[in-house]
Amino acid sequence: MTPKMPVSVQRWTPTSVAAIGVLIAIVVALAFAPFVLGANAIDKLITLYIYVIIAAMWNALAGYAGLVSVGQQAFFGLGAYAAIRLSNAGIEVYSALALGALAGGLISIPLSWFMLRLRDGEFAIGMWVVAVVAHLLVVQDKLINGETGTSLRALTAYAANDRRAYTYWMALGAMVLFLALIFVLLRSRLGASVQAIRDDEEAAAAVGVRVLRGKVIIFVLAATGAAAAGALWLATAISFQPATYFGVQWSAYMIFMALVGGLGTFEGPILGALLFFLVQDVFGEVGVWYLVGLGLVAIFFALFMPRGIWGTIEDRFGIRLMPVGYRLRLPDSVVLAAKTEEDAAAGS
Amino acid sequence: MIWLNQIINGVLLGGYYALIACGLSLMFGVMNIINLAHGDLAVLGAFLVWLICEHTGISPFIAFIAVLPTMAALGWVLQRAILDRSLRSGILVPILSTFGLAIVIENLLFSQFGADSRSLASVMGSLSYDSWALTSQIYIGKLAVLIFAVAVLLLLGLHVFLKRTALGRAIRATSEDPDTAELVGINARAVYATSAAIAVSTVAIAGLFLGMRASFAPYAGPAQLIFAFEAVVIGGSGSLWGTLVGGIVLGIAQNIGAQINPNWFLLAGHLTFLAVLIGRIFLRELLAHGMIPALLGQRS
Repeated sequence: MTPKMPVSVQRWTPTSVAAIGVLIAIVVALAFAPFVLGANAIDKLITLYIYVIIAAMWNALAGYAGLVSVGQQAFFGLGAYAAIRLSNAGIEVYSALALGALAGGLISIPLSWFMLRLRDGEFAIGMWVVAVVAHLLVVQDKLINGETGTSLRALTAYAANDRRAYTYWMALGAMVLFLALIFVLLRSRLGASVQAIRDDEEAAAAVGVRVLRGKVIIFVLAATGAAAAGALWLATAISFQPATYFGVQWSAYMIFMALVGGLGTFEGPILGALLFFLVQDVFGEVGVWYLVGLGLVAIFFALFMPRGIWGTIEDRFGIRLMPVGYRLRLPDSVVLAAKTEEDAAAGS
Repeated sequence: MIWLNQIINGVLLGGYYALIACGLSLMFGVMNIINLAHGDLAVLGAFLVWLICEHTGISPFIAFIAVLPTMAALGWVLQRAILDRSLRSGILVPILSTFGLAIVIENLLFSQFGADSRSLASVMGSLSYDSWALTSQIYIGKLAVLIFAVAVLLLLGLHVFLKRTALGRAIRATSEDPDTAELVGINARAVYATSAAIAVSTVAIAGLFLGMRASFAPYAGPAQLIFAFEAVVIGGSGSLWGTLVGGIVLGIAQNIGAQINPNWFLLAGHLTFLAVLIGRIFLRELLAHGMIPALLGQRS
C-alpha cells in the first residue's frame, strides 16, 4: 500500500503571478498609445487587437470545446451588418457598433440549438453553410446595395483623429474583455467540463457533465467575439462590402493563428495573432503565394505540431504564464526519491 | 408547365450533385473524414481537362482519359501524405489539414490561371446547348441527361463494386472496424489509399462535367464542396443512393427558388438543406423523449 502523500494542487505559480502583473501594466500602457503614436501605428494596433480577438475566440471554440467551425465569418459579417442597420435606425454610431456585436452574438443562441447537434466535420461545413446563407440574406437587404455594399456614414461625423482614438480604445477594451471572459470561464467549473467534453464526450456525460450546456456557452461567447471583431473592423474600414466580411478567408486566418500559436492554450492564439500580424506586415497584404504559404504552414502544424508553438514550449519547459489549469505539486522528498531511483536505473 | 420544366431540370441537376457528392460520401463512409478540399479537387480536375483541350483542341472526353489516372494517383498521394497521418490524431487534425490543403489548391490554381472564369463549351461542339423539346415549354438539355445517366451508372458501379468484389468487401470491413479487418489479413492502410484514389477519381468525373455544364474559376471549389455536402446530408450520411436523392432534392429546390426569384437559386438550396437538418434533429429529439406516441394520442 502506498502511504498517503501530502500532494497539493496549485493554480497560481510565481511565474503566472508575475505574468499577470506584467500583462496589466502592458494594457495600461497601451491605453495611452493614441496620445503617443501616429495614425499609422494606431491603425495597425487596432488590426492586431481584432486578430487577437478572433484567434482567441476560435481557439475557445476549437481548442477548448472541440468545435471546429469554418463559418465564424457568419458572425463577423452579421456583427458589422447589425451595426449598420442600427446606425441607420438612428442609434448613436458607437452604441450601434457595440449593440451590433451583441446582436451578432444573440443570433448564435437559436443557431446553437441545432448546429451543436452536428458532429465534427458536419459541424464544420454546417457552419460554413450558415455563413453562406447569412451572406446571401444580407445581400438581399436594399440598404446594403447588393455586393457593392455601403458604408457606416455616421462615423464620418467625427474628425479622423478622434474616430481613430475611439475605435482604438474600443478595440483594446473589447480585446481585454474577451480575453478576461475566456480566462474566467476556463478557470471555472465550466472550463474543466468543456475540456472533458472535448477529450471524450461520452465519458464526460457519464460522470455528470452537462454536455450541451457547456458547448452552448462557449459557442455563444465565440460568436459574440467574432461579431465584435466584425463591428470593430467596420469601425476602421467604414465601408461594408458583404463579400469581404463574409469571406471564408477569415476562417483561414483564425485557424492559422490558433493552430500556429497553440490550440487549446490560453497564450497560444495571442502569440499566433502577433506572428500572423507581423508576417502580414512584412509580406504585405494578401498575395497569392502568401496564402499558399499560409495553407502549407497550417497543414504542417496540423500534422506535425498540433499543439502549436506555445503548446510545445509549455510541454517542454513546463511554463504556465496564465493560471488557467491545475498543476499537481508533489512534496520535494517524493520528487527527490523518484529522481534517485531514476538515476539508479540509468546507472545499472 | 413552366414549373414542371423546372422540376425536371432540377432532377437532372441533382445528377450532377450526386456525382460530386459520391466521392465525399465514400471518404466519409470509409475513413470518417470530411475532406474540405473536395470541391477544390473537382475544380482542379476541370482545369486539367481544360488545359489539355486548350493546347490540343481535342474533345474533353478524350482529355479526361489522361486526367482520370492523374487524379487517382493524386488521391493515393493525398491519403499517404496527409490523411493517413490525420486519421491517427483525433478529430481536429483531418479538418484542419484538409482546410489548409483547400487554401493551397485554390491559390495555386489562381497563381497559374488567374481570376478569369473558364469553360469547356468551345471544345465540346453542340453538346453544350443541344436539347430535346418535349413540349413547347419543357426543354431537356442533352448534356444534363448525359450527366444524370453517368451519375446513375457511377453509383450503380460503386454499389456493385462495394458489394460484390473482394476489394469492395475489404473496404467495407475496414470502414466497420480497421483493427479487426487487419486481424483477418486486410491491409487497412492500402485499403484507405485505394478508397481515396477511387473517391478522387469520381471527383475527376465531377470536375469534367463541372467544366462542361458551366464556367469555373480557381475559387469555385468551396461552393462545390458545400453542394456535395448538402446532397450527402439531405440523403442521409453514408448511403450512396441517398446521395442521389439528396442531390435531386437540392436541384429541385434550387430550380424552384430561381423560378420564384432569379436571385434565390442558391438561397433556396441552402435553406432547404437547413430545413431538412432542423427537421431531422427535431424528429430525433421527439423520438428520444418518446413524444411521438404522445402526439399521436397513444400512451407511451
